[in-house]
Amino acid sequence: MKTVRVLIVDDHRLFRSGVRAELGPSIQVIGEAEDVESAVKTIAELEPDVVLLDVHMPGGGGQEVLRRVLGSGSQVRFLALSVSDAAEDVIGVIRGGARGYVTKTISGAELTDAIVRVSEGDAVFSPRLAGFVLDAFASTEAPPIDPELDSLTQREREVLRLIARGYAYKEIAKELFISVKTVETHVSSVLRKLQLSNRHELSRWATARRLV
Amino acid sequence: MLPEMSEMPNAPVAYPRMVRPLAGRVVAGVAQGAAAQLRLDPVVLRLAFVLLTVVDGLGLVAYAALWMFTPKEDVPKEEAKGREPARDWGQLAAYGVLWLALAGFAWLTGASSGGFGMWPIAVGGIGALILWQQADPGRRQRWMSGAVKQVSASWVRTGVGALLVVVGAIGFLAASGELAKARTGLVFTAVVVGGMSMIAAPWLASLVKELQRERTERIRQEERAEVAAHVHDSVLHTLTLIQRNAHDAREVVRLARSQERELRNWLYQPKQDADATLAAAVRRVAAEEEDAHGVQIEVVCVGDCELNEGLVALLHAARQAMVNACKYSGAPVVSVYAEVEPDEVTVFVRDRGKGFVLDDVPGDRMGIRQSIIGRMERNGGSARVRTEPGDGTEVMLTMKRER
Repeated sequence: MKTVRVLIVDDHRLFRSGVRAELGPSIQVIGEAEDVESAVKTIAELEPDVVLLDVHMPGGGGQEVLRRVLGSGSQVRFLALSVSDAAEDVIGVIRGGARGYVTKTISGAELTDAIVRVSEGDAVFSPRLAGFVLDAFASTEAPPIDPELDSLTQREREVLRLIARGYAYKEIAKELFISVKTVETHVSSVLRKLQLSNRHELSRWATARRLV
Repeated sequence: MLPEMSEMPNAPVAYPRMVRPLAGRVVAGVAQGAAAQLRLDPVVLRLAFVLLTVVDGLGLVAYAALWMFTPKEDVPKEEAKGREPARDWGQLAAYGVLWLALAGFAWLTGASSGGFGMWPIAVGGIGALILWQQADPGRRQRWMSGAVKQVSASWVRTGVGALLVVVGAIGFLAASGELAKARTGLVFTAVVVGGMSMIAAPWLASLVKELQRERTERIRQEERAEVAAHVHDSVLHTLTLIQRNAHDAREVVRLARSQERELRNWLYQPKQDADATLAAAVRRVAAEEEDAHGVQIEVVCVGDCELNEGLVALLHAARQAMVNACKYSGAPVVSVYAEVEPDEVTVFVRDRGKGFVLDDVPGDRMGIRQSIIGRMERNGGSARVRTEPGDGTEVMLTMKRER
């Protein structure tokens, strides 16, 4: 198994070294960055497989990094890693182009697993993100503009529900009698809908959740 | 209103006698006393006295009579030792000027003998009253000392007051047949006032800007103070506790975790009543059990609804499931997932711990059979426990929603 080259972007030095120490042997940390400017520069220089991206950072935060890096046509994959549970932040970075979102309380083994998954082009949803997505897609009563993008299939719902219940992909596969690859396909498809659906309810929902 | 109003002692007698308070008086406290008796603003009566004075000196006579017949307010002895409260000279001067102006008009037009010419003066007086009342005593004091720092925001009242004054003035001119003659004078006045405002406008604008800046700054400071207070009460306090319990790893984790949860709620969660909706109640229950057992409980809620009797039973069952998972599973993390659908509510409590064989649980153990399964069935719901040794446990609780 080839090692995954990772760049850690976070403004807390202690946290960066903590993550470095926790990651498994299949991960190689090739660099660190502590703000938007240095992140954009280092990503262009080192071309890592996966960028571990903090959401809140001086100079515009993770969303600004996503905008500038992905805007320039780069194919780098991002995994957002944050202490924030706010719907606004979670939905924000996913719509900004990150392929997954996990909170900083995640264990080293799980984080390693998530990084490998993202490096292979799959999506990583934390239970909370799955909950947000279910909530956001359920909360609309208006008919979808684009049925393909604006609603979840029954199977996708089932998968998300199991993620929210704390199931790992392997356990979901066992539960639904499907392969892990199929689970990954469903999650990626949800991610795509989440990123491409231009239902403005989605952003509005995330904002409203915070303001209520 | 005037602050001295609120400070006046509430007389315990059934029919309070009219007295003349010393605090806040302008002349002898007659108007103030009468106002307290009639539950009016003293300014109204003072204005009335001033107006009546213009009409054949009636007000003066009435004031003198009331002064003679009204006793001074009894001041408790210990308070009386201090020096006698001062007169509000600023107000007295204002009433004096007002009286002079009215008397001048009245004399010029002969309106003092009553009749139609009196009405415009009354209207103008009311307008002036409103304008004057706009300013609280503190601000009035500042006007007197000439340092204007704040401008009142209630433009409507100011506008109405000004309009009444203008209507009064024009009405007065019209009534006395002077409007035609006064036209040149009015044009002159308009030009002068226009010119003055041209000069004053930039200064006023900068004043308003300054004022807004000050207000923003004040709001910001208040917010900062609130955050500081919160951080002090919660985070700093917990950090102190953590230092003192540094030898006890379990307690440190528990403290850190409960503080994290509290801070997270404060930052990200919408404010909600912990006992009104399902999602909030599930979070609260999970937090309590997390604190009690030192095991991390991750809660995810989708949708929300009001609590009812059935859902309270569901909540109790969920709590029991969480307690079991924390106490017996040995898992470091318990996952709780609550989903509100249009026709039913489901809660899952899952751990990846030891698991057990359901049939091996002794019959006298109340936890699962009674507190979870029995309770759900009694309340019209259902519970399903899925477990295998080594494969963790999941409790699924379902309750139909009454519609």
